[in-house]
Amino acid sequence: MKKPNDVIIRSVTKVAVVIIFTFAINLFISGHHYPGGGFIGGLAFASGLILLFLTFDIEAVRRNIPVDFKVVAAVGVLIAVLTGVGAMLFDSPFLSQTFGYFNLPIFGRTELATAVIFDVGVALAVIGTSVTIIMSIGDDR
Amino acid sequence: MSFWLHVMILLPFLFAIAVPFIYKKVSPRIHTGWFVLFIPLVIFIYLLAFIPKISNGNTFTETVPWMPSFNIDFTTYMDGLSLIFGLLISGIGALVILYSIFYMSKHREALNNFYVYLLLFMGAMLGLVFSDNMIVLYVFWETTSVSSFLLIAYWYERETSRYGAQKSMLITIFGGLAMLAGFIMLSIMADTYSIREMISKASEISSHSLFIPAMILILIGAFTKSAQFPFSIWLPDAMEAPTPISAYLHSATMVKAGIYLVARLTPIFGGSAEWFWIVSVVGLITLLYGSVNAVRQTDLKALLAYSTISQLGLIMSLLGLGSASLYFGVGDDSSVYAVAIFAAIFHLVNHSTFKGSLFMVIGIIDHETGTRDIRRLGGLMHLMPISFTLAVIGSFAMAGLPPFNGFLSKEMFFTAVLNASSMSVFNADVIGLAIPIIAWIASVFTFVYSMILVFKTFGFRGKNKPEKLGRDVHEAPIGMLISPLVLGTLVIIFFFFPNTLSHYLLQPAMDAVLPTIAGEAGVLDIKISAWHGWNTELFMTLGVIGLGTLLYIYLKKWFPIYHLLPEGFTLNSLYNLGLEKMESVSKVITVRYMTGFIRDYLVYIFAFIILVVGGAMWLFDGYSFDLSKDAPVNIFEVILMTLMVITALAVLFSKKRLTAIVAVGALGFLVSFFFVLFRAPDLALTQLVVETVTTALFLLCFYHLPQLKKEISRIPFKAVNAVISIGVGVVVTIVALSANGNRLFSSISGYYENSYELAGAKNIVNSILVDFRGIDTMLEILVLCIAGLGVYTLIKLRPQRRDENEEAK
Repeated sequence: MKKPNDVIIRSVTKVAVVIIFTFAINLFISGHHYPGGGFIGGLAFASGLILLFLTFDIEAVRRNIPVDFKVVAAVGVLIAVLTGVGAMLFDSPFLSQTFGYFNLPIFGRTELATAVIFDVGVALAVIGTSVTIIMSIGDDR
Repeated sequence: MSFWLHVMILLPFLFAIAVPFIYKKVSPRIHTGWFVLFIPLVIFIYLLAFIPKISNGNTFTETVPWMPSFNIDFTTYMDGLSLIFGLLISGIGALVILYSIFYMSKHREALNNFYVYLLLFMGAMLGLVFSDNMIVLYVFWETTSVSSFLLIAYWYERETSRYGAQKSMLITIFGGLAMLAGFIMLSIMADTYSIREMISKASEISSHSLFIPAMILILIGAFTKSAQFPFSIWLPDAMEAPTPISAYLHSATMVKAGIYLVARLTPIFGGSAEWFWIVSVVGLITLLYGSVNAVRQTDLKALLAYSTISQLGLIMSLLGLGSASLYFGVGDDSSVYAVAIFAAIFHLVNHSTFKGSLFMVIGIIDHETGTRDIRRLGGLMHLMPISFTLAVIGSFAMAGLPPFNGFLSKEMFFTAVLNASSMSVFNADVIGLAIPIIAWIASVFTFVYSMILVFKTFGFRGKNKPEKLGRDVHEAPIGMLISPLVLGTLVIIFFFFPNTLSHYLLQPAMDAVLPTIAGEAGVLDIKISAWHGWNTELFMTLGVIGLGTLLYIYLKKWFPIYHLLPEGFTLNSLYNLGLEKMESVSKVITVRYMTGFIRDYLVYIFAFIILVVGGAMWLFDGYSFDLSKDAPVNIFEVILMTLMVITALAVLFSKKRLTAIVAVGALGFLVSFFFVLFRAPDLALTQLVVETVTTALFLLCFYHLPQLKKEISRIPFKAVNAVISIGVGVVVTIVALSANGNRLFSSISGYYENSYELAGAKNIVNSILVDFRGIDTMLEILVLCIAGLGVYTLIKLRPQRRDENEEAK
């Protein structure tokens, strides 16, 4: 295969990926009150990673991000299940979520919700799974 | 309120977790069994403390909520019946583990597996006999089946072990499922899962239309577990398990679970003619079948397996005959039949003692001589005097001879069958006479195989000299003899002090089986005595001994009658044939529709949708739509629609895959514009990102595929495609329109509008995802994760591709 001329996409990707990741994290955090959430945030993050795969060689990305995404997916599911179990420790039914308002040093009065932890699990599971699938198929030459 | 009974049931399970670690730490220096031994000992001692309280008529109940919303609580209940079983499970469990320490080599065997399975079984069995809730009982019931499967397949490298394990699993789980259906019917009738509450509603239940079906289904469960005819075929094959397991699961405890269930449910079902006839007739047939077949066995363990089947049949038939006492209610008649229940419980205990010790003795013989084949054994009497004595005690108790406990329960069994023959109810006049005759014939065969067991193994017979076995045969180590010695001693103690046993254990158990009669003083006051004059029972026993001895001496003369039946005409070959046919027929069916073409599978799926969904709509007049309430279609929607149609057509007619992928992606983006129009930003965002990712995925996948070729296909093929695709489109459109036009229920969206108060979130969609319907999301990401792993496995872990292999050649 001849080496493709991909200077433009490489340059654009380097900038765009940062923006995509930032946007993904923003989507995740804003999910509580505004459009967004763990699923979309995770998927957007995964699409940023996929852009990296498409632009650069898979090996290069793997060297720079030495993460086993199967483990990420499993950890995500584990977190989600454990938040459910956590509710049982407080004598509530499985997967009960709660929230409260706290005064934090920098943010001031902030709402903290256990659902966010569950959402972290969702996001990780989505990132892990989609990247695992893409990498398995993309790697299969 | 204490939960010690729960702790006791869970103790073996909890310790099972620790066993592998202990094994890793101490093996092979110390035998893991020494650590496991404590568990049954502690439980046994704990249960012993209950004997005085139970014999005073107390019962104990403890409840731990499990699934309160389904009325399923883990309620434990202890009365005389469950106490006897608990003592058998823990007591014989302790002896078996002690025996296994010397039987299982700590150098060669995977002891961690062995003891984990054994503890699993012990916990499940304790849970089974002490739980009051039917669903909990069922869970433990199946757990015993599973642990039995694991233990039979313990030497899984042997094909016979795997065969036996599969057989026992198939049969007992089949019975268990039938039983579950019966349990559910019972719970529908009684409106409770608690066995005690069901017993208090017994009269309501007996007039319900589900009474007979529930009874039959539950009996199938009990019969499969207790190896009753015709489900008995799994037990001989289960003898592939290590001998301690055969002694424990397949003679003393697990196979008695069916007996336990029948006894436990007698207050509900007993007193009806169907229960009486099914239980006693199946029991009697099993008794005869088992004892006749035991005589022809040449493997000592197979002989014991058939004798166990036969003895289980005996106990079962006694429970059936005794259930008549509930029909008569309180009075003199009932106590006559209550003797049968008493004899059943008595014989159950006796059988566990003598059969347990016999299994252990056979294990010793196997261990020392290396064979269990009667045709090769002989003359061990002088070499193994202690084992010989134990074998005599066990076999003579089994044959029903004094001074061993089997004599007492056998006499009571004869009393019970004689009573049944003169019974005036349930149309028993004619068939009733056959009951004692069958019982007597079966007893003669029992006598014969008991004698075979002792004298063909230990006695001197012609050319079978122990020297021929090719190894130095000697008595077993003392540790191996302790357990059978304890059981053998009990066999004799029970003979001399039966009334002590009866007062503390058997009477309370009988009160539990016959609760309505138990209240009356004196009715159930049964005294056991070895000598009660020259009555019919004694003459029957003498007849058994006389004819049995004759039959044993002239065994060679009449043995050929076993060959009269054709070889293939057995239940076993029926089972094998069924298994074989099931495999081949299902293969034929599967090959027919699993073509390997994705197109075919899509055809099945879509045709199914058209038939079921469209058919249901058509049958139930579901397709009615009301467009009047719909919002008017505006210009943006029309434009979007037109674009979507164009992209969809572009997919169909594109010549290159790349074009098709891009067109599909464009279609997806257009859909997300619809979400924007309808003000669903979350959905639009998700759709956009999903579309991006899937398009990338498609591009990666299609990289591997060949160039799209011009399809040259026949007209009918294209016509089928067209019909299916148009059909799916029409059905989905109709469903969507009808669903919109007919609101059967009021909308539930109002509830979610309170998300800020309920979940502290202003984003309803997300709070539904993570909070209101959190369990859906949890399972979805689990599915997602599994799908990801599936893709990974399929691609990364597949065997080398065929063409690569061929290239390598």
